[in-house]
Amino acid sequence: MSPAVKITRRDFCASGGALIVSFSIGVPRPTRAEAARLPGSLSKAPYLDAWIRIDAAGAVTVFTGKAELGQGIKTAIIQIAAEELEVEPASIHLVTADTALTVNEGYTAGSHSLQDSGTAIRNAAAQVRELLIGAAAARWQVDASQLRARQGAVMASGGRSLGYAELVAKEFLHVQAQPQSKLKATQDFQSMGRSMQRVDIPAKVTGGAAYVQDMKQPGMVHARVVRPPSPAAVLTGLDSSQVEAMPGVIKIVRDGNFLAVVAKGEFQAVQAMRKLTAAAQWSEHASLPPQDDLPAFLLALPAEVAVVIDQGSGPASAAPEPDSRTLEATFTRAYQCHASMGPSCAVALLQGDSLTVWNHSQGVFPNRAALAELLDMPVEKIHAIHTEGSGCYGHNGADDVVADAVLIARTLPGVPVRVQWMREQEHMWEPFGPAMVTKVRATLDVQGRVADWRYELWSNPHGSRPGPAAALLPARLLARPFVPNPARVRISPEGSGDRNSVPLYAFPGKHVQWHFLKDMPIRVSALRSLGAYMNVFSIESFMDELAQAAAEDAVAFRLKHLQDPRARDVVELAAKKFNWAGKMPPRHGKGFAFARYKNLASYCAIACEVSVEFETGTIRMVRAVAAIDSGEIVNPDGIRNQTEGGILQSMSWTLYEAVKFDDTRITSTDWSTYPILRFASVPDSVDVHLIPRPGQPFLGAGEAAQGPAAAALANALANALGKRLRDIPFSRERVRAALFS
Amino acid sequence: MSIRLNVNGHEHQVTADPQTPLLYVLRNDLGLNAAKFGCGLGQCGSCTVVIDGEAVFSCVTPIMLLQGRRITTVEGLGSIESPGPLQRSFIELQAAQCGYCIAGMMMRAYALLEKNASPTDADIRRSLEPNLCRCGTHMRILAAVKRAAELRQVSAFR
Repeated sequence: MSPAVKITRRDFCASGGALIVSFSIGVPRPTRAEAARLPGSLSKAPYLDAWIRIDAAGAVTVFTGKAELGQGIKTAIIQIAAEELEVEPASIHLVTADTALTVNEGYTAGSHSLQDSGTAIRNAAAQVRELLIGAAAARWQVDASQLRARQGAVMASGGRSLGYAELVAKEFLHVQAQPQSKLKATQDFQSMGRSMQRVDIPAKVTGGAAYVQDMKQPGMVHARVVRPPSPAAVLTGLDSSQVEAMPGVIKIVRDGNFLAVVAKGEFQAVQAMRKLTAAAQWSEHASLPPQDDLPAFLLALPAEVAVVIDQGSGPASAAPEPDSRTLEATFTRAYQCHASMGPSCAVALLQGDSLTVWNHSQGVFPNRAALAELLDMPVEKIHAIHTEGSGCYGHNGADDVVADAVLIARTLPGVPVRVQWMREQEHMWEPFGPAMVTKVRATLDVQGRVADWRYELWSNPHGSRPGPAAALLPARLLARPFVPNPARVRISPEGSGDRNSVPLYAFPGKHVQWHFLKDMPIRVSALRSLGAYMNVFSIESFMDELAQAAAEDAVAFRLKHLQDPRARDVVELAAKKFNWAGKMPPRHGKGFAFARYKNLASYCAIACEVSVEFETGTIRMVRAVAAIDSGEIVNPDGIRNQTEGGILQSMSWTLYEAVKFDDTRITSTDWSTYPILRFASVPDSVDVHLIPRPGQPFLGAGEAAQGPAAAALANALANALGKRLRDIPFSRERVRAALFS
Repeated sequence: MSIRLNVNGHEHQVTADPQTPLLYVLRNDLGLNAAKFGCGLGQCGSCTVVIDGEAVFSCVTPIMLLQGRRITTVEGLGSIESPGPLQRSFIELQAAQCGYCIAGMMMRAYALLEKNASPTDADIRRSLEPNLCRCGTHMRILAAVKRAAELRQVSAFR
């Protein structure tokens, strides 16, 4: 709090309103432009009590518009609030994304939660602490600088103390935040910077009701949807009489190609769904691209070319210097699934003209807006409450299943309706991570430095989230379907399909273009890290090719082109902890990769060792070592857990995963037709080393490993085989083909 | 059909279609949340429970087979107030991200530890092979099972 602010005892003893007035006098109310400069999401909601409330009993409630997705955000937010408020973490009650209670912080996505919400809550908590100190100073008629907050109380020398409960009055925190906060220094941290056990894990390992899937409400009924057999199928006939006669069946809901059944019992709903599936007749149409010729298909789609960067050196046609060498390569990636372990689930209840939905959407506010459009309801009549689901890793079926639930619940007023998708529905109907093609061409000068870098990527947009109702799958199935607007290309600092398409390396010439494919032959959306996974895989694979051409060590070659000291630090640490100079056993290879996520979030370098069974083409990552710099660290073990998970998930994507389809149907329908990592292929060790950056901003760590892990694996494989794979996934067939080519 | 089920040492009388997979009865009739619906196909292990000492996919096991069998779920391993060795080890090693698969992992591990009190790393990997995790928590799950074996031995000697 600014020392210019004086709170008199009279002000404090008067009503809360008077207190606000005194602040309004002491400190000018921030203008809208000033509010925009408030730290993190405080710019969206500048009143402190939007984030923190302390009741008359001293109980602290913290509100975040972000949601727990299994990434540990609840725990980190509690650590942050406890630190700056000077209270025990266990004493904090945390409320997460809820349209009636929290600030609208948009999506919990893009590794933004600590940057946006963590920063807001940290600053709000620090300002609340200083307000409490100020109030105590006024009460005791002493200077605030003589006081400090500790353990939920303001203390003065001589043992005097006032608990927060004694200092708060109604509206006490209904005060606008200031741009500057008196943040605690890293060396004074009690809670931040230390590994704290996740607050959500005990319930998850003891059978607590931890997920929306576990929600039970009085009178709740169970619904299942029947999806079309293929994306372009049309429902042509349905005799549902037998299904209606089944035990427990309450009703069938049909609207165009949208079909669902409701029953009293969950398994009754499943049985009815199966029978209804058999009873439905569909006319199917071929609408899918050719699986076997996907890269050529993508390259031939109409594209809008957007320039991501065009920096330095002359046109591509300029004659290269003598003795320089130009290399080029093409990389591809298949469509890939989020493939959450738990199929998407939601509960909806229509009461009068009000609707309540419990769901695991990453954005309960934007999803609510889509539901309002879908149902033609005022948005304020919908209360959306985030309730945890299975990990999503981006835009999976979470938003769609809420639409299913409300379309059914609106036909059953007063009855809570729970819908859970079946496995095949999750696999076939989630929006996939887009297939991509990238082409890179680079010129090495005589000193073995990259002089010019040209990179093009072909991709659909990576964000098809609600917003609009048409983003919701069920809305597209209705008799009067919502039709999505054509996607528009937008180049932003964070990027989408073009995320991380600009190398962080200091190349004199950098030219990057996104061939933006707005036609979506298969529905796609955000998969953890968006384009960064493919772009970093391409860039970092090619860096190894260039290093080899320059006859340089892969790590040394990267360092030669890296100026950012924090980037150099993670590269050097990962190399050292891996023992990069060490020799590999036969049929083993080592690989290295680096990226700064979005070129503005966490720095992450990964070294890994793979072994290859030449006879079968089976690859195994033997060990991985990562170094990550996420700025100021809140929960070290949380960052480690996310990074370990990112490495293993990316390894699974890279080695095994491709959505299969024929010209009409998605044929990856379960775990046998869409295999992922199993324990037999898990590495012997994965070590994550953190570089603390005291006093630096939070950078967001949840997605930093996806790209580097894929590229490190590709580079290790090239090292082991002497042949490079440039097409994801590195199936055994592709490995064998490379070996015997 | 009415059937008696022994779950975590308690007898329950359940009335349901005999084909009903055990998973639905556990979750909806008995209010036991731990076992999860993941695939309904016996492919992922989120629904794993232990029946007479064997790890079983409860999503594909009809209740008509279960009269007189001893069924154990995560709720039978301890409680949030008094967690058992597997629960303690998973908390200690923070062996969860979203956690949806974890109850199934714990039951698969429980079946292993009941048979083999000191499993090797290879034993643990082999036993967990049927279960999938999407968050990539595998390293911690392996470590937590190893740690649970130690905790069980400490308790046994006490």
